[in-house]
Amino acid sequence: MMEISQLTKSFGRFRALDQISLSLQEGQAVSLLGPNGSGKTTLIKSILGMVIPETGTISIDKQIVKRDWNYRSRIGYMPQIGRYPDNMTIEQVINMITEIRKDKVTPDRELYEGFELDRIRKKKMRTLSGGTRQKVSACLAFLFSPDIYILDEPTAGLDPVANEILKKKIVKECARGKLTLITSHVLNDLEGLTSHIIYLQDGKVRFYQSVETLQELTGETRLNGVVAHLMQNDLKNKENIPC
Amino acid sequence: MPVRSLICLLFFFTCTQQAQAIISATITAPGTGLQAALDAAKPGDTIMVKAGLYKLHNVLVRNPVHLVGEGFPVFDGEGKYETFIVTSGRVYIAGIEIRNTGRSSLSDMAGIRLQDVSNVTINNCRFYNTTYAVYLQNSSWCTISDNRIQAQGTDELQSGNGVHAWKSSHLLIRNNVINGHRDGIYFEFVTESRIEKNISFNNIRYGLHFMFSHHDTYSGNTFRNNGAGVAVMYSKGVDMQHNHFDHNWGDAAYGILLKEISDSRISGNVFQKNTMGLYMEGCSRIRVYRNTFSANGWAMRIQANCDGNRFEVNNFTGNSFDVATNGSMVLNVFQDNYWDKYEGYDLDKDGTGDVPYYPVSVYAVITERIPAAMILYRSFLTNVMDQAEKVMPSIIPDQLKDSSPKMKKWPL
Amino acid sequence: MLTLSKYVLLDLLRNRSVLIYTVVLGILSISLLSLGDQSSKGLLSLLNITLLFVPVITMLFATIYFFNSLEFIELLLCQPVKRSRVLLSEYFGMTLSLSASYIAGVGIPLFLKVSGAISWMLVITGVLLTFIFTALSLLVFVLFRDKTKGIGAAIVIALFFTLLFDGLVMAFIFSFSDYPIDKPLLGMMAFNPVDLARVLMLLQLDVAVLMGYSGALFKKFLGSATGSIFSIACMIGWIVVPLILSVRIFRHKDL
Repeated sequence: MMEISQLTKSFGRFRALDQISLSLQEGQAVSLLGPNGSGKTTLIKSILGMVIPETGTISIDKQIVKRDWNYRSRIGYMPQIGRYPDNMTIEQVINMITEIRKDKVTPDRELYEGFELDRIRKKKMRTLSGGTRQKVSACLAFLFSPDIYILDEPTAGLDPVANEILKKKIVKECARGKLTLITSHVLNDLEGLTSHIIYLQDGKVRFYQSVETLQELTGETRLNGVVAHLMQNDLKNKENIPC
Repeated sequence: MPVRSLICLLFFFTCTQQAQAIISATITAPGTGLQAALDAAKPGDTIMVKAGLYKLHNVLVRNPVHLVGEGFPVFDGEGKYETFIVTSGRVYIAGIEIRNTGRSSLSDMAGIRLQDVSNVTINNCRFYNTTYAVYLQNSSWCTISDNRIQAQGTDELQSGNGVHAWKSSHLLIRNNVINGHRDGIYFEFVTESRIEKNISFNNIRYGLHFMFSHHDTYSGNTFRNNGAGVAVMYSKGVDMQHNHFDHNWGDAAYGILLKEISDSRISGNVFQKNTMGLYMEGCSRIRVYRNTFSANGWAMRIQANCDGNRFEVNNFTGNSFDVATNGSMVLNVFQDNYWDKYEGYDLDKDGTGDVPYYPVSVYAVITERIPAAMILYRSFLTNVMDQAEKVMPSIIPDQLKDSSPKMKKWPL
Repeated sequence: MLTLSKYVLLDLLRNRSVLIYTVVLGILSISLLSLGDQSSKGLLSLLNITLLFVPVITMLFATIYFFNSLEFIELLLCQPVKRSRVLLSEYFGMTLSLSASYIAGVGIPLFLKVSGAISWMLVITGVLLTFIFTALSLLVFVLFRDKTKGIGAAIVIALFFTLLFDGLVMAFIFSFSDYPIDKPLLGMMAFNPVDLARVLMLLQLDVAVLMGYSGALFKKFLGSATGSIFSIACMIGWIVVPLILSVRIFRHKDL
């Protein structure tokens, strides 16, 4: 569904993405992992068109996306920190995005109702807590039933109840054949959600495997264990490389 | 007044037949009819002229008669000739229209020329496209009133003046509307005369041009949009009151230019939207009071060779610059004027500012030296310069000041 | 674009700073205009305010607002909209609300007290300056990543055009006063929007003086409608060029 090939981006001398090639299929729930500065955010932003890569292409359903901004109507994005115009109410923000997107679909209000945003829809964004903002962001990402979800640290700051609602929603959407790309530091939250893991380091893809394969490979069942195992081995491998 | 005889010239035709009939009647035999009638008339007779087109020229008025048009008969000089020459006193001409007098580089061709006469009146006539409309030479006690004088002059050399008076006295020029001539009204060696309530506008050079003419009064006139405004030169005892000087724009345009004028009075006039409202050079003992200067480039320019002039009780509002001068010598008095740029205070509340006003602004001095600097006028920088100069005068002539500036506008 | 501008505009109109700006302008205008019976004096003070405060405040306020709405812009950019559309919506929302402030604060008191061509011209000038300096803010916003640096640049630009530039021109005039400098001077004016605005007003207020100079160019250029048309055309250039540059840079900018 989404093909990324030879994607390279540097900021000055720093190479944030280095020849990244990935192929993501529908129905996958992909966790994008990696240490800080490994290029996760840059990759997401490249997909969203907010960062312009130097070389390489991203294509969705064999269509190369570059200047054509229309492809973004197939993506629902939930940012790490959602910042909104201070003086707008929740209702106005949702209405504005709806007006901009001009999608013909009936809005998916499941999260809106689940998070009980309707009670506080007249509240100004300025007055909202970080968690409530996250709820609004999530709500917006799922509102238009897009084909691809990109969720950047979706669970950070959410209360356990909301967290559960969101996770259920993600699972449900994957089952409907949507592609979901999630980054998170809280691996526990990804448990039972992810089907694949991409591990980025220094702008390169260290590995891209299905969770089952990785579990077999490492002998660990919990995601935490799997990743820890891989990271340690990876470090050892590095040390073993003769200079 | 008893009318002893009445001679009617009956050239009265229907419109369609008019032109053809007049040619056969008058042009082929110039001087017939009217000239004969004028010569035959006895003093005080009235000659009525019916409406029509008369292609006559050099008509001599040698007897003291009344020549009155009915429905404005038209006398056409065909661009070649003079029309009327009055050589007798006590002549009265009214209600006629004169067109297209000739142009000549040797003599001044006029619509009506008054030559060495007195007590002649020209009233309610129309002059279109005449080189000179009314030309008075060596005449006295004449009245030129209620005439409409219009020309389409384009350059100074080719055209003449609306009312031109030379070496005359006791004239009354009143209620005329003059435009499109070289000078609207021209006085040279004319004394003890009055110019009243005329409107002189769109003339090529001056609305009023005035030289070597003493003890004249001009009042209630409007001079608007003339090439160079009004010039009054080499005269004394001139009384200028309640005139309007409007909208005379250009690099040598003045509301009024005074050159070597003495013992005169300028009061109650309004100077509005002129490049320079009042310009004085070599003037002495002139009282300038109760005038309004508004929205002029420079309200006044007083050259340093002026002395003994007094400027009192005038209003200065909305002028770009109030006063300009060319030296630091000041032998004139400024007092009790209202200046809208005055920023002083009046602690004792007597209506007079407690600190003097310096009407020459620093930027006026700077642009005097470097005209191009005008492009920066009203910028923050020039405002700072003005404020700095107020605190510590160094460029402006600090002798030129109004020690008793008024806080409120005079009701003029 | 209208939809987006509408939301930016609504957001700004609810913003307290815009309200304060309007109120301050309003109080200044009313107090200056009712200071004496002479309205022309108040008009001149308003001109000074327009030439000094409008550029500085517009520049600062717009720059800060643009940097603060970076996240909002990011939010919009994740949606299927064109980048240039987002940027221009931000611009028009901003400039329209500041212009509305100016018209409400200066224009309305002015029309109530002094009507006429000069008042009209002053309001047009103020609005044009608002458009220009918002466009320059936008350029600063797309050029700088860092908010602090951006605001610093905005202050420098505003001060350069309001104060420093005229000082340089003055130095030029004094140094070369013996040469025919009319033409270069008019050319220099085109490089400063604040000067263009001032010249536009000068043509209304002091045309009588300008006619008094024998410099043929001054008279021909500034005495007729040509001068006003020239100034307004240059000012429109000062809006369009920074806008085009901003859009071009923004198209390739990483967020």
